[in-house]
Amino acid sequence: MKFPYTEKVLEHFKNPRNVGKLENPDGKGLEGSPACGDMVAVYLQVNPDTQIIEDIKFESYGCASNIATASIITELAKGKTIEEAKKISWQEATEELGGLPPVKAHCSVLAVEGLRAAIRDYEEKHGLVSEQEPTTVDVIRSRLKHVMNPMAGLDIIRTELVTKMEINDGVVRVLIDLPSNHQFAANIKEEVTEKLESLWDVNEVNVVFTE
Amino acid sequence: MLDKMIYLDNSASTRLDEKVLDAMKPYYFDTYAVATSEFGYSMGIDAKEGLEEARKIIASSIGATAEEIVFTSGETESSNMAIKGVVAALKKKKGEHIIVSKLEDFAVLNTAKNLEKQGYSVDYISVDAEGIVDLEELKSKIREDTVLVSIQHANQEIGTLQDLDAIAKICKEKDVLFHTDATHSYVRVAIDVSKTPVDLISMSAHTIHGPRGVGALYVRKGTPLIKWMDGGYQETDRRAGLENIPGAVGFAKAVELVTEKETKFLESLRDYTIERVFEEIPHVTLNGSKTQRTPQNANITFHYVEGESMTLHLDMRGFAVSTGSACFSRSLEASHVILGIGGDHERAHGSIRFTFGRYNSMDDVDAVVDAIKEIVSQLRAISPLYNK
Repeated sequence: MKFPYTEKVLEHFKNPRNVGKLENPDGKGLEGSPACGDMVAVYLQVNPDTQIIEDIKFESYGCASNIATASIITELAKGKTIEEAKKISWQEATEELGGLPPVKAHCSVLAVEGLRAAIRDYEEKHGLVSEQEPTTVDVIRSRLKHVMNPMAGLDIIRTELVTKMEINDGVVRVLIDLPSNHQFAANIKEEVTEKLESLWDVNEVNVVFTE
Repeated sequence: MLDKMIYLDNSASTRLDEKVLDAMKPYYFDTYAVATSEFGYSMGIDAKEGLEEARKIIASSIGATAEEIVFTSGETESSNMAIKGVVAALKKKKGEHIIVSKLEDFAVLNTAKNLEKQGYSVDYISVDAEGIVDLEELKSKIREDTVLVSIQHANQEIGTLQDLDAIAKICKEKDVLFHTDATHSYVRVAIDVSKTPVDLISMSAHTIHGPRGVGALYVRKGTPLIKWMDGGYQETDRRAGLENIPGAVGFAKAVELVTEKETKFLESLRDYTIERVFEEIPHVTLNGSKTQRTPQNANITFHYVEGESMTLHLDMRGFAVSTGSACFSRSLEASHVILGIGGDHERAHGSIRFTFGRYNSMDDVDAVVDAIKEIVSQLRAISPLYNK
C-alpha cells in the first residue's frame, strides 16, 4: 500500500489496542472536539499503592493518525507509574509508530494530551498535585485552550469566544460571547465546567452567555 | 479484500473507455500533425478535420454552433478563461463586480478570490440546506457594475443541480453575463443553449470516461472575452497553444458514448445506495437535494465517525470513495460545500461521497454498503461521541 502511513501506523489503525471505556475510571481525559475533526478520550485505572497504571483504555473519533497514536500511547503507558507515563511524549509515540506525516501532527498530539489530561484528572481527584498552585486567570485560560469552538474548529480562547475570566473565593466566572440559546451553548458550558471544576481550589464554575 | 478495486469516485475522474482510446490512437500515430490551414500539408488538414468534427459533436451536445466551442485543458482552464476573460473585457466598459455561489469548485472559487485580491468586488451567494442557490439574493446582489454571474450547474461534492433556466433568466433580465461550470452534469443532465440564455459553459472530458487534460468552454457568439493566455493564434485566437487534437477527438467520442439508458442506470445505482444505507445504517444524513441531484452522486454523512478513517478502511477492503473530512484534504480544511449548506464540522468530517460510472454495477453497491455497515459499526464502537 502506498499510503503516507507506516505499516505500524496502519496495523494500529486496523487493530487498535486497549480500545473502549473503563467504568468508574480513576482518571479520565477528553481532548479535541468533533468540530476540529479529532477527539480522544483516555481512561485510567491506577493502583493507589504503587501508582502504576494497571489498565488504560481509549476511545477515538479521529483519523488513522489519531487512532494509531492513541493505541500506541496506551501500550506505552500501561504498566508505568503515573510519573513515568507523564513523560511519554508525542515524539516518543511517533518514533514507536515509525513516523507520521508532518501534516498529521495535530491529529496525533491529541492522544498524548488525552493521556496527560487523564493523569492530571487522577492527580487532582486524589490530592496528588504536589504544588497546589492557586488558580489564576492564566490557569483558567490554559485550561480553556482545550475547549473547542465548534463553529471554528479551534479553541474558544483563540477564537475569542471567551470575553472575560475571573476567580473570586473559589468561584470562577467565564463569559462566553454567544447567546444562551445557541445550538452549541450547552455543549460549551459542559466542557468549560468539566475543565475547571476539578481544580483543587475551585468550588463553583459559572458560565455566563451574552444575551 | 476484493480481487480488484471497486472505484466509486467517478466525479474525481473516470476510467477511460477503450472506444475513446481507439478513436484517439490514429491522432497519435497516423494523423499526428498540427491542425494547419487548408493550404498546408494533407496530414495537417486531416488532423484539423478531426478537430473540427470533434468541435461539432461537442457543440451539438448543448445545441450550440461549432464556432462557439473553444477546446481547453479541462474544467479549471475553462472556468479561468471564462471569468478572467469576461472581467478583462468589461472592466472599463461596465465595472468590476462579479457574483459566484459559495459552493463552487475551486476552479471558480479561487479564481474569484484571486480577482478579489486584485481589487475586483465579489459577492458569494448563499445556498439553502440542499445546496440550491437563493435566487432572491442573486437578484438583489446584481448591480449596475456587475459583469458576470458564475454559478455551477451541478455541485462536485453533493451533486445538487441548480435551476439554470431561472438563473439565466435573471441574468438576462439584468443584462449580466452568466457562466456555469457544468463539469459534473455535462451530457448527463441536458443543457440547450438555444433555449437557456447561458453565455459561457465549462465542460470536461474526464468525468464522462473521456481523456484527462481536455475540456471545452462554450462561448455564446458575441460574448466579450479577452484571451487570458498569450501565445499563438489557435482556437480562432481565443486560446493560445497547440490544440490537443487526440484529446478533443477522444472527448467527442466520450460524448457520443453517453446514452440516456446509461444515465438512468447511474440513477438507479445512486438511489439504491441511498435506499440501502438509510434502511440499514442508523444516524445518517443525505447531503444535497433529494430531487435536484446529478444521476451519479450519493453523498451521505455517517454521524459519530470520521471520514478519513472510513475511506482508509474502505480502501483496505478494496473500495475507493472520497470524503469531505479535513483529514482527507491536503489543506486540512473541512468541505466548504457541507459547511456552505449549513452543516457543522462534524457533518463534513463524516461525509462520504459515492459517485458512479459506466463500469459500476449493482453488485458494487451491495459490496460497498455491506462493507460500510461493518466499518461504521466498528468505528462507532470506539467513538467517544457515540452513545453505546
